Amino acid sequence: MAVEEEAAKDGMTPEGIFVAPGQPGSLVAVKPRYDNFIGGHWVAPTKGQYMQNISPATGHPFTEVARSSAEDVELALDAAHAAKDAWGESSLAERAAVLNAVADAIEANLTMLAVAESWENGKPVRETLAADIPLAVDHFRYFAGATRSLEGRSTEIDKDTVAYHFHEPLGVVGQIIPFNFPLLMAAWKIAPALAAGNCTVVKPASPTPWSILKLAEVIADIVPPGVLNIVTGPGGEIGKALASSPRIAKIGFTGETTTGRLIMQYAAENLIPSTVELGGKSPNIFFADVMDHDDRYLDKAIEGLVLYAFNKGEVCTCPSRALVQESMYDRFMERCLDRIGRITQGNPLDPTVMIGAQNSAQQLEKITGYVDIGVQEGAEVLIGGERTPLAGDLVDGYYFEPTVMKGHNDMRIFQEEIFGPVLAVTTFTDEADAIRIANDTLYGLGAGVWTRNGNLAYRMGRAIKAGRVWTNCYHLYPAGAAFGGYKISGVGRENHLMMLDHYSQTKNLLVSYSDEPLGFF
Amino acid sequence: MTEASSGMEATVARVVATPAALGAIEHLTADVGPIMFFQSGGCCDGSLPMCFHDGEFVIGSHDVRLGSVGSSPFFIDHRQFEAWKHTQLILDVGVGDPEGFSLAAGEGRHFITRSRVLTEQEQAALEGTGPGARG
Repeated sequence: MAVEEEAAKDGMTPEGIFVAPGQPGSLVAVKPRYDNFIGGHWVAPTKGQYMQNISPATGHPFTEVARSSAEDVELALDAAHAAKDAWGESSLAERAAVLNAVADAIEANLTMLAVAESWENGKPVRETLAADIPLAVDHFRYFAGATRSLEGRSTEIDKDTVAYHFHEPLGVVGQIIPFNFPLLMAAWKIAPALAAGNCTVVKPASPTPWSILKLAEVIADIVPPGVLNIVTGPGGEIGKALASSPRIAKIGFTGETTTGRLIMQYAAENLIPSTVELGGKSPNIFFADVMDHDDRYLDKAIEGLVLYAFNKGEVCTCPSRALVQESMYDRFMERCLDRIGRITQGNPLDPTVMIGAQNSAQQLEKITGYVDIGVQEGAEVLIGGERTPLAGDLVDGYYFEPTVMKGHNDMRIFQEEIFGPVLAVTTFTDEADAIRIANDTLYGLGAGVWTRNGNLAYRMGRAIKAGRVWTNCYHLYPAGAAFGGYKISGVGRENHLMMLDHYSQTKNLLVSYSDEPLGFF
Repeated sequence: MTEASSGMEATVARVVATPAALGAIEHLTADVGPIMFFQSGGCCDGSLPMCFHDGEFVIGSHDVRLGSVGSSPFFIDHRQFEAWKHTQLILDVGVGDPEGFSLAAGEGRHFITRSRVLTEQEQAALEGTGPGARG
């Protein structure tokens, strides 16, 4: 009994697994249904419709969220417009204080939000505890600091003429969040928008609307009413209503290429700016010298390859193409496959589990389809390749085995983002061959380079056409390191001070301090 | 019509649709009017076909028209076409709501793309038809 009470206190079962949200003893309370968060209040959807929200861990619904319509987007825009003047005129100190308070509130609820995020998305709680939520906290702090350091520039055009440049907020912006990091990607978008003095209307991804609403519960009393508004529902209806609205001054989006084009098309119709992050097919390149010694660095490099399974491969920058130098391929892959074979899969709320459930039945279906086409194309399955059969409550969850397929770069499994724990591996002969294969892709979001030779690493990093080249590391996302794509991977840079420019207008005051007329008339 | 509806009768079709997809297209067009498909790529819902009201998505001069499914045109980005052209796309219907801004394939259903690697003869025959209709 004493043990059970102790267990209930930290939200875990006696086996050390977090109790599922909504169950007795869980850290996470779940209401039967959730409304939209508009103007600081919980507002029922105009049409009174709700949709089931499924946990990928079980494949079963655990709550409902608003199935909103265009009318609800208008309500959110009303609230944002009502708030925009006061928030836009707030001092930098006031804005930073709000962002810091948001960070503190998330940190104070870190474990609760980590469990909620894991249950919502299917990702292992060890990742949300160590990465998603702490990074979200830091992101708000980064932009709280960034906003305090904002400086306009002035230029002395001549001795009596000065050009002053001020940052001004855009006003009300729309932001559309992906399902793979529902809270962290929300933080990436919301923090800079608010830091720059904007009010926002956020549309979470259709499969993952709930954890953001849990976040809203935590920060509802901190953010002034109307500054942050969240509307849930189907993308085809409210995503479109938001992105095409003439009442937004900017649209930010993360997702796939076709919706990215549609977002830019809607932005063009309204002549407003857009930033879009659209995914990748990131090469992770291992030169033979990584095996010169059997040491900590080699251990790190092996983990670097296995990181394709991070967040079950549902990452825009998933290192899903491993390029391994031919001369060490067998020796290196033997070590990597051994590591992959020891990945534990199961209930994402078990802190010892390394890989959880794919986000949806659709994703699982897509991954299965890609393995099928890889086999048709002649790729060799080195490990995995099937759905993972799990028992009990998890029997209907969306689990897929960590998979590695060997083939060549022309295969579709090397050219398309699978968004699952499927690694496509191939070999290269030398530096030039590595660069050729790395750049033979439509995408250019991320890349990894592993070598003990600093000069080679630098040359590779500069030669790869991608916005982020991790060098002797992978999947680090510290605030302050710019993130965004080359080629069809998107437009804009997040996660950095320069995001403030994406969310600001430049006001130039051109002032003459001379009494002399021009003399034309 | 057990498996395919093709806009390119002369050779093998680059895109076909299953009976389930053809049924969904028929219901959808009766419900909302003409529709179009665009094969997506990239992050999240990447390899799903996006279904829109016809004309909702502006087709650029470089986009490739792979063919028709039922009465609806099916397009793909020209760069993606180069990477995908050795496969035949098979439009089908899956369980679950659509993602992105796509129209649903019926209540709680979405369109999906399956693929089949074309035989060498089929690929050669398609190569002979030129680079694919643009725009």
